[in-house]
Amino acid sequence: MSDWLTPEEWTAVRLSLIVATTAMLASLPLGLAVAWLLARGRFWGKSLLDAVIHLPLILPPVVTGYLLLIGFGRRGPIGQFLYDWFGIVLSFRWTGAALACAVMGFPLMVRAIRLSIEAIDRKLEDAAGTLGAGPFWVFLTVTLPLALPGILAGMILCFAKAMGEFGATITFVSNIPGETQTLPSAIYTFTQVPNGDAGAMRLTLISIAISVAALFASEFLARLVGRRIAVE
Amino acid sequence: MSAVIEVSVSHRLGAFALDAAFTSDGRLTALFGRSGSGKTSLVNVISGLIRPEDGRVVIDGRVIVDRAAGIFVPKHRRRIGYVFQEARLFPHLSVRQNLLYGRWFAPKAEDGGSKLDDVLGLLGIGHLLQRQPGALSGGEKQRVAIGRALLAKPRLLLMDEPLASLDEERKAEILPYIERLRDGFGIPIVYVSHSIAEVARLATHLVILDQGKVSMSGPTAELMSRPDVPILSASAEAGAILDARVLRHEPEHGLTILDTPAGPLQIARRNIPEGAALRVRILASDVMLSLKPLNGISALNILPGQVSAIGARHGDGGALEVRLDCNGAGLLARLTVKSAEQLRLAPGSAVYAVIKSVSIDTP
Repeated sequence: MSDWLTPEEWTAVRLSLIVATTAMLASLPLGLAVAWLLARGRFWGKSLLDAVIHLPLILPPVVTGYLLLIGFGRRGPIGQFLYDWFGIVLSFRWTGAALACAVMGFPLMVRAIRLSIEAIDRKLEDAAGTLGAGPFWVFLTVTLPLALPGILAGMILCFAKAMGEFGATITFVSNIPGETQTLPSAIYTFTQVPNGDAGAMRLTLISIAISVAALFASEFLARLVGRRIAVE
Repeated sequence: MSAVIEVSVSHRLGAFALDAAFTSDGRLTALFGRSGSGKTSLVNVISGLIRPEDGRVVIDGRVIVDRAAGIFVPKHRRRIGYVFQEARLFPHLSVRQNLLYGRWFAPKAEDGGSKLDDVLGLLGIGHLLQRQPGALSGGEKQRVAIGRALLAKPRLLLMDEPLASLDEERKAEILPYIERLRDGFGIPIVYVSHSIAEVARLATHLVILDQGKVSMSGPTAELMSRPDVPILSASAEAGAILDARVLRHEPEHGLTILDTPAGPLQIARRNIPEGAALRVRILASDVMLSLKPLNGISALNILPGQVSAIGARHGDGGALEVRLDCNGAGLLARLTVKSAEQLRLAPGSAVYAVIKSVSIDTP
């Protein structure tokens, strides 16, 4: 199969998988925390937090990418801080692509997890409390396992979104082969050059295959978890 | 010595005001009242699910709430087991994992491992260990929930109408387990119920709640035999309870002779072992009164006693309750107002209580 794709195309596929997986895993802890806050918290500014998190869903991706560039670029306030203190550079690096993908996928992830946490019967959490479990253990042993289907769904959604992310990524980290050229960017590049149709089609097929596989994986996992959590 | 349970709290929930105080030394304290009288709110205060606006809760000498002193022990540090109306088993865990859930958090130092077997034996749930809660019947779920609460080594066990969602057959299946729990496990129980039959069978101490307030609190037998507690005495199920012991059997007649504080009683049942202790309930409507000892009557039980109190007539109805003192034990009889007048009953009147053997209720 390796002679079916050119090395450059392979690089794009591999990079996309790495970027999407990183985006998904890196945003999971924060996604869980934010989803829990939105589902259970009662604090001032909750609807504001909700709105900010949903912004990437509504804004044009290019705008999100540009805001990331302003904020996380080498001369941006956050980017400069990260570079000065930790030596981390995000702009025009694959890590920046992962950040852009994570930001774009975040609202989808939070939404799925939040809904599943809201659907949990709080009486079960109370019951765990009377059995001696403190808030942290209640979350770990009752809330988290019961929210698992939603968490898996959120992860898959975030991954799928990251695989397809284009606008914010190309704006923030450009389209550098081997560093920031993900599948969609590579397809876009192919469409811009003469005789690129065959390459675009190959990558498109791979894109479809990955998306369908992700969908099946999520269905399979959801069913596996659902069987364990028999409906009472 | 201080009481096992000492509660005195006030709390407002919307339009409902809870303002309840009671103390109890009972092995099983029943909170009894109509729905909406504040029973569940009160156990939620004891369990820590509600933080009362004011008041004190002391369990076994340990202050768990004292708003004036700024004490509020959170629910997971109280070690108060709670059996809810719906079992609330964790659906993602097996029965075994549900049962052992509280063990992770209970102090390890006290006693070792054998307790799981005791609980399985007590509740008869050993064969369910590998199942998921979704595959259990209502009665099984409730028994597992009781076991789960017990295995968290609670200092006190709260049971909020644990039988309410079950049909009669399932109730009858679980009641003996709760009796065994009351008599054999040494953990005080607070039991919420609106069923007189359940309270009569289980409770050693009775707390009656009415509109968020405790209207009466005392030993069950004493309250059950009073003619002036309308929620009990005016109900169709009014009746006194007596602690009895099986004296002997009369096999040729299929009778069992019981020894009770009020005198010997003959009941039409045979399957109770000799020497066994049990509780009998004598409904007020099953007791007849006579001024003279009777001959030539089919009823086998005739107990001499004295009228100790006469209740008020129910509204404009024609019935009232009379409390009898039979050798120190209380009995309740329901009569028509007319009979009470004709017999000229007054506190102190000597009477004979006539009780049909077949109508004596035993578990």
